[in-house]
Amino acid sequence: MSNLGQATDVAEVRDAEPEPSTPTQRKEDLVGFADAPGLSGKDVLKAVRGCTSSTYDLLKKHGVSIVLSLVSLAAGIVFWQLATAYKVDFYINFENIPSPGKVFAAFWTHLGDGEFYIHIGVSMQRILIGYVTASVIGIAAGVLMGRSKIAWSLIYPYIEVLRPIPAVAWIPLAILMWPTEEASIIYITLLGALFPIVLNTLHGVEQTPEVLVRAAKSLGASRLQIFWHVILPAALPSIAAGLAIGMGVSWFSLLAGEIISGQYGIGYFTWNAYSLINYPDIIVGMLVIGGLGTLSTYAVKIGMKPLLAWQKRAR
Amino acid sequence: MNTQVVSLTEHIPHRALAASKKDIGHIVIEDVEIVFGKGANANQAVTKTSLDIKPGEFVCILGPSGCGKSTLLSSIAGYITPTSGVVSVDGKPVKAPGPDRGMVFQQYSLFPWKTIRDNIAFGPKVAGRSNVECSSIANTFLEMVGLSRFADKYPSELSGGMQQRVGIARALANYPSVLLMDEPFGALDAQTRLMMQENLLSIWSEFGITVVFVTHDVDEAIFLADRVLVMSASPGSIIDDLQVTLPRPRDPAMATGAEFMALKKICLDQIRSESLRAFEQQNR
Ligand SMILES: Nc1ncnc2c1ncn2[C@@H]1O[C@H](COP(=O)(O)OP(=O)(O)O)[C@@H](O)[C@H]1O
Ligand SMILES: [Mg+2]
Repeated sequence: MSNLGQATDVAEVRDAEPEPSTPTQRKEDLVGFADAPGLSGKDVLKAVRGCTSSTYDLLKKHGVSIVLSLVSLAAGIVFWQLATAYKVDFYINFENIPSPGKVFAAFWTHLGDGEFYIHIGVSMQRILIGYVTASVIGIAAGVLMGRSKIAWSLIYPYIEVLRPIPAVAWIPLAILMWPTEEASIIYITLLGALFPIVLNTLHGVEQTPEVLVRAAKSLGASRLQIFWHVILPAALPSIAAGLAIGMGVSWFSLLAGEIISGQYGIGYFTWNAYSLINYPDIIVGMLVIGGLGTLSTYAVKIGMKPLLAWQKRAR
Repeated sequence: MNTQVVSLTEHIPHRALAASKKDIGHIVIEDVEIVFGKGANANQAVTKTSLDIKPGEFVCILGPSGCGKSTLLSSIAGYITPTSGVVSVDGKPVKAPGPDRGMVFQQYSLFPWKTIRDNIAFGPKVAGRSNVECSSIANTFLEMVGLSRFADKYPSELSGGMQQRVGIARALANYPSVLLMDEPFGALDAQTRLMMQENLLSIWSEFGITVVFVTHDVDEAIFLADRVLVMSASPGSIIDDLQVTLPRPRDPAMATGAEFMALKKICLDQIRSESLRAFEQQNR
């Protein structure tokens, strides 16, 4: 099951978002965003043009690998179809697994069903509240810890103790702690996102080159101005990585949390399908969760792009 | 490339000239001693040093790396509080870094997330000046260092020499009384460095500002300075105080002249004998 400790290590940040100074990485990063969108309409237009031209570049350059990927996916679905049709039972048992066709049919029906959207909407609302709260707390705590030894000593022990506890393990205590189920679920979601955000913020703040802080001091900046103009932007690439990882983790924490819920949520939808022996819906639920998780992580990355535009310009 | 020397005289703003009264920028260092660490780990970086740097003087601190040049400069900038003794600028004891003492570092000290214009406007901006004022100051100094075309670029898009010019412009945009420079051209190639030296001298002659310039390059020190302070290592101390009477404006051709050569020989001899002494000390 989901584990709050997973993917929260700073070391993994590097996997997710390698050093921007590596030229090869930058190239991949640029795919689809040759021009990082700025805030003005002109910049957005430029970005859109950049997107289309680089989609074309992408096709031209990676055409073979895209075709291979599609073939691989198609082969997987064909295998799934055959395995279910012939009820293969060789280590993995396909007897009770619904076929891709049935899953798609179920999905199609749900698309016309209002309640399905309520499940999705409720989950997204929980993610939004939990994630935004986690971002505010996480960035504030990370910055404080990075700039103050006292704050570090006071806060860090909690992170060490709480971070390895999996989301599911929190369920009983969360129910006892909070007045409503809704609050318990949001709390669990929040915790999931919190640790990667705190740790990456801390890492970013600690990485701020001292020479920049000195330069700012000599130019007359106050502590607050140094924080705003130097420390925060210097930590931003790392904070952005933390926010993206945090978004992913908050989704699988949410799923754990929605075991609690008796009514709505895409996690509840999935568990409920299992209880009702409605097997195609299990897979529909899983795919929706995967899709939403990926999309929201992507949205966070795109949202951060304008703030990191200066990085892309590096030669 | 950044090899053109900008004609400066026409670009210098009147405000800058107004700021360069000949009576400000007086640095006094009294019995300053700087020790890092405590007890057995104590490392005396600068031994008891006293100095008087006149307003408008161009002083080079020359010495091998590790001898305590940056440490001494940091005590003027206010990054380091001396273990004992006092540094004061225009009669006021230095307690912390401040905009009256501009600082230029060796490299990578521009804010990478700010455009060249915003880097230069940083000082005026944090001082609470209006956007209009900030941008007019930025334009003035962009022109002064010949980088107006690059105003909206980011530092990483500029060559090392251009970045250092921005660093100088940024420090001067506060109209400081003192400019402190810690091996500002140390990371540049030889040609660019020569250009930068001439460039700096013309800026200095317009501003009349006090400059304390740290370097390990003998030629650079003599070419730039009114006065060269030779420093030696372990423990860091000033072993000579040489007046350079070469006429100004300085010309790179002077580097082959008799006076230049004589000064260079004195510096090199001193550095060599100090290095030998240190070497023998280590091998004892
Ligand atoms: N922050 C510090 N803590 C401890 N030792 C330091 C520190 N800064 C410099 N030193 C020591 O002081 C000596 C002088 O260093 P520095 O002033 O940087 O020399 P230079 O600029 O001439 O190369 C060196 O031995 C260096 O190791
Ligand atoms: Mg140094």
